[in-house]
Amino acid sequence: MEPAPLNISAYVVLSAILFAMGALGVLIRRNAILVFMSVELMLNAANLALIAFARFYNQMDGQILVFFVMTVAAAEVAVGLALIVVIFRTRRSINIDELSRLKD
Amino acid sequence: MGLETFLFIIVGAVAVAAAAGMLFSKSGIHSALFLVLNLACVAVFYLMLSAPFMAMVQITVYAGAIMVLFLFVIMLLGSERIDLGLTDRRLGFQTPAAFALAVLFIVVVAAAVLTGQIPAPQPVNDVQATTHGGPGEVGAVLYTRYLLPFEMVAVLLLAATIGAVVLARDVIPTKRSQRAQMGRIRELRQMITTIETEAASAPGADGEGAEEEAAAPAPAAPAGE
Amino acid sequence: MELPTLQDLNLAVTLPSMGLALWACVVLAVGLFLPERRRHWNLVLSLGGIVALFLYNLTLFDLPADRQSAFLGMYRADNFTAFVNLIALVTAFFGVLMAYEYLKRTHIDRGEYYPLLLISTSGAMLMGASGDLAVLFVALELLSIPLYIMSGLRRPNAASEESALKYFLLGAFSSAFLVYGVALVYGAAGSTDLSEIFHRVNAGLILDQGLLLAGAGLMLVGLGFKVAAVPFHMWTPDVYQGAPTAVTGYMSVGAKLGGFAGLLRVFIVALPAVSGAGDATGWQDTIALIAALTMILGNVVAIAQRDVKRMLGYSSIAHAGYILMGAAAAGSPDVRDFAVSASLFYLLAYAFTNLGAFAVTVAIEKDDATNPQLDDFNGLSKTRPVLALAMALFMLSLTGIPPTAGVVGKFFLFQAAVNAGMVWLALIGVITSVVSAFYYLRIVVNMYLREGPGEAQAQRSFLGVAVGLAAVGTFVLGVAPVLFLDLAQRAVLVALGG
Repeated sequence: MEPAPLNISAYVVLSAILFAMGALGVLIRRNAILVFMSVELMLNAANLALIAFARFYNQMDGQILVFFVMTVAAAEVAVGLALIVVIFRTRRSINIDELSRLKD
Repeated sequence: MGLETFLFIIVGAVAVAAAAGMLFSKSGIHSALFLVLNLACVAVFYLMLSAPFMAMVQITVYAGAIMVLFLFVIMLLGSERIDLGLTDRRLGFQTPAAFALAVLFIVVVAAAVLTGQIPAPQPVNDVQATTHGGPGEVGAVLYTRYLLPFEMVAVLLLAATIGAVVLARDVIPTKRSQRAQMGRIRELRQMITTIETEAASAPGADGEGAEEEAAAPAPAAPAGE
Repeated sequence: MELPTLQDLNLAVTLPSMGLALWACVVLAVGLFLPERRRHWNLVLSLGGIVALFLYNLTLFDLPADRQSAFLGMYRADNFTAFVNLIALVTAFFGVLMAYEYLKRTHIDRGEYYPLLLISTSGAMLMGASGDLAVLFVALELLSIPLYIMSGLRRPNAASEESALKYFLLGAFSSAFLVYGVALVYGAAGSTDLSEIFHRVNAGLILDQGLLLAGAGLMLVGLGFKVAAVPFHMWTPDVYQGAPTAVTGYMSVGAKLGGFAGLLRVFIVALPAVSGAGDATGWQDTIALIAALTMILGNVVAIAQRDVKRMLGYSSIAHAGYILMGAAAAGSPDVRDFAVSASLFYLLAYAFTNLGAFAVTVAIEKDDATNPQLDDFNGLSKTRPVLALAMALFMLSLTGIPPTAGVVGKFFLFQAAVNAGMVWLALIGVITSVVSAFYYLRIVVNMYLREGPGEAQAQRSFLGVAVGLAAVGTFVLGVAPVLFLDLAQRAVLVALGG
């Protein structure tokens, strides 16, 4: 007899920790690429929670959602990195504090 | 302590350490590599949660393709130029506030999860263990119940492709602007020839100055094409 | 495994949104082969598609119950969807019309603009039609990603690039919140189907109340970013100021429409019963508070602005507050249907008015890549009397002065709030509307009472048509609101089945 599987809440708490770390990264890093990577960490944390819940309910829905999140992340990366490259070409910097041209 | 708990503690610790490494490392390349490690750890969790197909997608698409793209851009822009900003004085109160918010978030979710007394999932039986979360099952649900979002994602990828091309390619001159450009070049050439003839007709001290003037617009002309 | 038949998919009712996305591909493909002097075919094709789908969409009101669901329940084809489609197609129509000459004038005449705008519109429509959290999430991205690209279209203009990057980073940040919220709601309810979530919550079959609340809160954050609700509004003025004006005009309505359609769908269909104390639902007070803050901040900060686009940015935050008031009122079960139709009607009124205001702004924008300022309106009534009259009408409508669409819309929203027992919220709405007169009417004063060159770049043209149609729409909705009010009142949001 195998031991009962690990309680799902362990995974969800871990995903919350990763999500909070990602959000922290967005708030404290000033470099556009690192901010973007922190967003990826947040999405990744959400994916972990989705897969954990899918396991809990023994359903496929959570896993399919992860599939969509990953595809959307890929689309976001294509556009986001293009924007970062473009802005670097013009400004020679991707520090988001220097993006302060837009003010009154 | 079962094998699963043991694995969870080890891999979970590595995942959190990798996330911390991504947040605080001094070089963009290191950050990206730490994120790859974190993604790989999460892929291990997917395997433990009987989602083998998503685990493989996580490795190939996320840790593979997407992160390589990140690394590529970091290197393209020059990693030494990636300034950290961690010590930026502008942040001031923002950093501790962000830390406080992050801790608060973890506490709230953890409280919500742990007070709920979620029962452990049912152990999977042998049949489920071999099919659940495999490519066949994922495909079966994807092409029936989730057909609409699947099609929408296809359009989304098209939009992203258009966007990447529109944003990243050089501004291609239209015929009209090309004609204007050619006109300007012709004017410049005329100016140069007039200056040259003037310089030739008035030899002496003026000659050097004229040459300089003539040289200045010349590199501008091809740059505009 | 049972494969769905074509009949199960019920493709015909999804045509307005999915057809628009498909049409975007056609426009893109044709655009590839158009020589420069035939660029106007982009405009013709886009407008043709929009008008055809608009007419078709009118037949999709009051469908029989068995035709109201498509793609196995993923797509809801009820009257709410049809009305959202109607507003979205109006928005796309103006978005295309006011962009055509502007794009040429600013040398960003890219054929890609039109398919991107159409795809973004289809995303807004699908947010309103979503019957499942997966559709909601993908539709949100379908709406947003083209907008990020369109904001950055005017490169190498630094302001445009900056606004695009800012919009992108904060948009991606907010959708991460939405995804995590979706994950927690799924974890609590065990389903992503909106109606199914409703039934499980109602029957007390959820895993954990705290999980559901946390999930709903995170989804509110994600959608709050999209509609620019305080405190998730900081991106709005910067992005509005930097993006090309025609894009800002489209974005100011399209993104808000999608955000509100999704918000109403999720919170009214799936989560009305979240920890409801008494009659009202648990989120009512939260949304009411956000609505109050949004109205106050948007209107007060707008007073200090000199840049027209920035001012309209804060004004759009303020209007998000008014619509949120309707959403909050919809938290009371007996006011729900009225509040939903009031919000929809206001969105339509806002679409005509705001798009009109942006069309005029496009007309007075100079070619030297500087943003239009309030002083640029000086003396416009002398040089371009019709344009000035239209702008005055739009400003009156945004303030909420008869005989315009804005006043009718606001009246219904205030009524909904009062009926829901939130007199204080309606009072804040009235007071902030009075405050808003301060900055809206300043433009009218500038046009009619001040001396100035009052130049407008665009001559009689497509832009003029856009301004004219928007003015007609604003006026007709104000004088004879019955036409559309009837349609809006049929839009009722309920969970399906049992």
